[in-house]
This record gives sequence, C-alpha cells and structure tokens, in this order.
Amino acid sequence: MTDSGTKSYSLEARALECVRDDRTLFRDLAFRLEPGQALLLEGRNGSGKTSLLRILCGIRLPDAGMIAWCGTDIQRLGADYYQHTAYVGHRDGIKLDLTPMENLAMARALGRPSDMTLEAALARVDLYGFEDVPTRNLSAGQQRRLALARLLVTDATLWILDEPFTSLDVHGIRVIEELLEAHAQQGGMLAVTSHHAVNLQRSPVHRINLSA
Amino acid sequence: MFNNFFHKLASPKYFYRIAGAWIPWLAATCLLLFLAGLYYGLVVAPPDYQQGESYRIMFVHVPAAWMSMFIYMVMAVTGGIGLVWRMKLAEVIAISSAPIGASFTFLALVTGSFWGRPMWGTWWVWDARLTSELILLFLYLGVIALHGAIEDRRNAARAVAILALVGVINIPIIHYSVEWWNTLHQGPTVTKFDKPSIHISMLIPLLLMALAFKLYYAFVVLMRARCEVLERERSTGWVRELAEAK
Amino acid sequence: MKRHSLIRAFSLLIRRDFILAMRHRAEMANPLLFFILVTSLFPLGIGANPRLLQAVGPGVIWVAALLAALLSLDGVFRSDFEDGTLEQYLLSSHPVSLLVLAKVLAHWLITGLPLLLISPLLGVFLGLPAAGIQILFITLLLGTPVLSLIGAVGVALTVGLRKGGMILSLLVLPLYVPLLIFASSAVDTAAAGLPVTAHLSLIAALLVLALSLSPFATAAALRVSLS
Repeated sequence: MTDSGTKSYSLEARALECVRDDRTLFRDLAFRLEPGQALLLEGRNGSGKTSLLRILCGIRLPDAGMIAWCGTDIQRLGADYYQHTAYVGHRDGIKLDLTPMENLAMARALGRPSDMTLEAALARVDLYGFEDVPTRNLSAGQQRRLALARLLVTDATLWILDEPFTSLDVHGIRVIEELLEAHAQQGGMLAVTSHHAVNLQRSPVHRINLSA
Repeated sequence: MFNNFFHKLASPKYFYRIAGAWIPWLAATCLLLFLAGLYYGLVVAPPDYQQGESYRIMFVHVPAAWMSMFIYMVMAVTGGIGLVWRMKLAEVIAISSAPIGASFTFLALVTGSFWGRPMWGTWWVWDARLTSELILLFLYLGVIALHGAIEDRRNAARAVAILALVGVINIPIIHYSVEWWNTLHQGPTVTKFDKPSIHISMLIPLLLMALAFKLYYAFVVLMRARCEVLERERSTGWVRELAEAK
Repeated sequence: MKRHSLIRAFSLLIRRDFILAMRHRAEMANPLLFFILVTSLFPLGIGANPRLLQAVGPGVIWVAALLAALLSLDGVFRSDFEDGTLEQYLLSSHPVSLLVLAKVLAHWLITGLPLLLISPLLGVFLGLPAAGIQILFITLLLGTPVLSLIGAVGVALTVGLRKGGMILSLLVLPLYVPLLIFASSAVDTAAAGLPVTAHLSLIAALLVLALSLSPFATAAALRVSLS
C-alpha cells in the first residue's frame, strides 16, 4: 500500500485563515496530522468546512498561513503532494456516461496506481456485479460508493473527504466506515467532514469545530 | 530604506495615505501640462498644408492611442506581479486601470473617427490603427466583464491577470496582422501623422499632451485604487476609524 | 515508470472523451451543421453572384469556422466541471498542462476535424477555385487547432460562471483576429494563383505559439476557476 516502507508523513496547518464573501470563516487555525490519525471537521453549514478541505487539497489558496506536507508548503510541492492525496468532494467526480470500470480506470490513471484491481475495488464498496452498468443507471448511494471506490485504486496516504456518507444507507455507511478504519490502520491519514457521526474505534480522531 | 518604502507601500493602509498625498500634485501638474499642450497645439502649431486645421485633433487622438496601449501593458505587468507574488496592491492597480484604459481607447476611436470625417466623408474607416484600437477596446471590455462576473474578489483579480497576460502577448500579433491586412486591401488611412517625419512644432504639443495624459492616468488610477482598497479592507480597523471620523 | 503512466493518462483521457462524445453522437453534429448552415446563409443574404461569392468566400468560411468552434468550445470543460471530474485533473500526479493538452486535442479531433473535412464542400458552394480549396483545407488544418487552443483559455476562465457562454465570445473572438486575417488572406491569394508560403508559415507560427503557451495559461485559469 505504501511505497518504499512506511515513511513518516505529516500534514500540518499553520495559522490558516479563510475569508469568503468578506466574512472571516476562521483565523489562526493550526493542527497536525500523522499517519494513522483522522481529522474530523464539524460545524454548521457555511462555517468553512468545505473551504478548509479544499485548502487541504491545494485547490483553494488560504488567505493567510499555509499547509505543510512533511514540512514543505504544499503550494510549492505541487504534484509531489498530489500523488499522496485523494479527494472526494461534494460532487462525486465520476462521469455518468461511463461505466464504473471506465470511471475507475480514469481515476487510477490520474494518480499513483495502487495494487488493488478495479474489480476488487468495486467489490470492496459493494458494487460487485455493476462493473459495466452505465453509472447513470445506478442509485445515488451506489454512485457515491463508486466515487469513494476511487480512493482504493490510487495509492494515496491522505484521504480528504467532504460528506462521504451523503446518500448512503445504513449498510453503505458501515461499508465506508470499514474502509476508513482500514485505511487509518494501515498508516493512512483522513480529513473528513460529516454531519453523520464518524465511528472510528481504533484510530485517534482530532476534532475541530469551526463554529466555535 | 528604499526596500522599506516598497514593503510599506504594499500595505493598503500606507498606500491609501501616500496616494492621497500625491493626487493633488499630480492633478495640478496634469492640468498645467494640458493647458500648455493645448495652447501649443491649437494656437502655436501651424496648419498642415494638406489637412488644414482639422489635423489638430491628432493632439488628442495620438496620445490617447499611446495611453490605451501603455495602460494595457501596466495592467498586464501589475496583474502578473499580483498573480505571482500575490501582492494585493498590484491586483488593485491592475483592476483600477482597466476602465481608464478602456476610456482612452474609446477616446482614441472617437477622435480617430472625427479625424477621418473631413478626409473621407464617413464616420468610420477601417484604418489600421482604428481597427487595432477597436480590437483593443474589446480586450479591455473582456477584462472588465470577466472581473465583474466573478464574485470572489481575489479570484476575479487572478483571472483578470491571466486574461491580461494572454492579451498582452496577442496585442503585438494583432497589431501587426491588422497593419498587414490594411496594406493588402489598400484601405483609407487617417494616421499618417505619427510617422517619424513630423515637424518639431507639432511634436512639442504632442509630447506635452502625452505627458499630460500620463499624469491624468496616474492620478485617476490612484483615486480608483484608493476606492478599491477601501472596499477590500472595509472590515479592518483603520477603515472603520476613517469612516467614523467622517 | 512515471513517464509511462503520463502517456497512459494522456491517451486514456483522449479515449475517454471520445467515448463520451460517441455516447452523445447527436451533439457532435451541431457545430458541423452550424458551419454548413452559416456558410450557406451568405449566398442567400448577399446574392448568388459567383464573382462576389468567390471574393467573400474565404472570409465567410473562416468566420463561420470561428463561430462554429466557439459554439463547441463551451463543452470542453463544462461537463467535467459540473460532475466534479475537472478538479480531479488539478489533483492529479501529472502536470495539469499536459492533461489540458489531452482534452484540447480530443476536442479538436471531435469538433475541429469534421469542420476540416467538410470544408472542400463549402469551398465548392462558394465557388472557390481548386487552388483556393486546397489552401483552405491547409489553413483549416493548421488553424482549427489554434482555435481550440486559444479558446480553451477562454473556456477555462469562464467555466465556473453561470452565464459563461456570453462572456466567452467577448474574450476569445478578439484573439482570433490574427488567425482570421492570415488564413482568409492565404486563401484569397491562393485563389489568385500566387504563392502562399509566407501566410502558411505565419499560421504555423501561431500554432506553435499556441501549442507552447496555451496549455499553461489554461491550467492556470482552471486553478483560478476551481478555487
């Protein structure tokens, strides 16, 4: 799952500030995340959870402060940072006109491929048998699970997830929670927002509440 | 000490104060130069043997055209600085320049049209410079429209900087291609005058007017920039103090 | 290993866009039909005098090509933007500029190439001589990629906007002017039987310039739009 041995990665936020529509969502935010740990962002709608995740991804520039991956500013690392991250945002990031297999093939090609086969990834998210069904014909929950299957086909240490449990039923939530748990156990890192409570029994969870 | 000056200048609050101090001086000098330029241009310079008195509009047309190009350059350069070094002040100058540049371009077009009327009898000719200016006007309008369409102020500044840089690379190409196109189709020209063989009595008022226009741009861009700075920083302490003091 | 996966990503992206276009085959025809229709409208609008048509032919066909390209451009990034796949390109381990190049290449193959192939027919409609039609083809061959490349920058800047399409024309059409001038003049000159190597070299130069600069500008613009 990891490349040459388990390197000691770290994700650090320093003095982060985010302004949107002239409102300061948060200021002087700092945290540190190490392998095996999870970051859970909580807060009301509009408190900046999605913005913070997008800053972690590197898609959005912070108004002040920076994110450091192993000590270096991610804006300077560029692709060297992206090969360690995988992001599933509000939108699924899958094409409805492709089949799940085609979608996962594209996702794998864009990142660093993992050892898992596409079929195995689909099976892990309980989409076995739907490999060649047009994604458009899947239910919302199935599409969400397909989006999350993207995490399995690339070899990313840091998973950044925005409301991963949207549209999922109880069973689906359990499947994904298992995935997150397994990832953390294997030395991965998680940054998650969720209205739904995230149950990670065996991994330390940092909680940050942005409404505070 | 100089380094310190630039560092401080980049701070919006300091810029607001300094710009405020400079504006009256720039405006006064600009006015003087305008009066001098108009005097030399309208009164002292002799009538042209071909065009008579109507050529005098070039004292407005040519500097306006020069300014339209110059301001686009400034916009692209400051936009680029704002993009690469994330300097807020550079972004502010870039976006404040756009409407001024557009106005000069429009002025150049209108005066060019007036210039052509006595010669060609129509209100518009597809002269090389006029056509280039028209395209330049569209480029400016594109910048202004794009800035207005993006809600987030910082993203708007970044997007506009990219657009201005793309435009600045294209402008010489457009200029050259339009010149060439004009010679192909042997269209009418109004702009023979700014070729090197201009007489000194016409050159002096031209340069005076060009300088006056530059100063005009300088103090107007500072005025606009101050407004923009106030808007951007409206939630900070020093702006609130200013508002309360009034 | 890294280079191999970059080539894979590049070709897979092109293939993917092809497959997507094939699954909406009807839409592919739109720019093509627009091209043909607009060109056909001109004789109706200005009269069918053969000499007149021949004189305006090159310009008309090229303006129609510009407009057809503009029409099709919006689709380059919009659907990817809406379903969230566009931001995945920014988060990829591969350089965004190369992924952008793949998308633009796919776009050209899907929309530009048909325009190119139908152009001889339109040349015949407007009464261009054989030499003119030949050069028309070559100018479109060199020029339609330029349209896609320059247009991609405009699309990237406006992809996040709701009414992006309207601003797109304003942003992109002024940048198309040099190409229009060189290309239509090339066809005109060729129709008169004169050599056109200078014109074609200029268009080729524009192509090289666009190829080397536009992917970076487009990538930067995408970063801003997705911010």
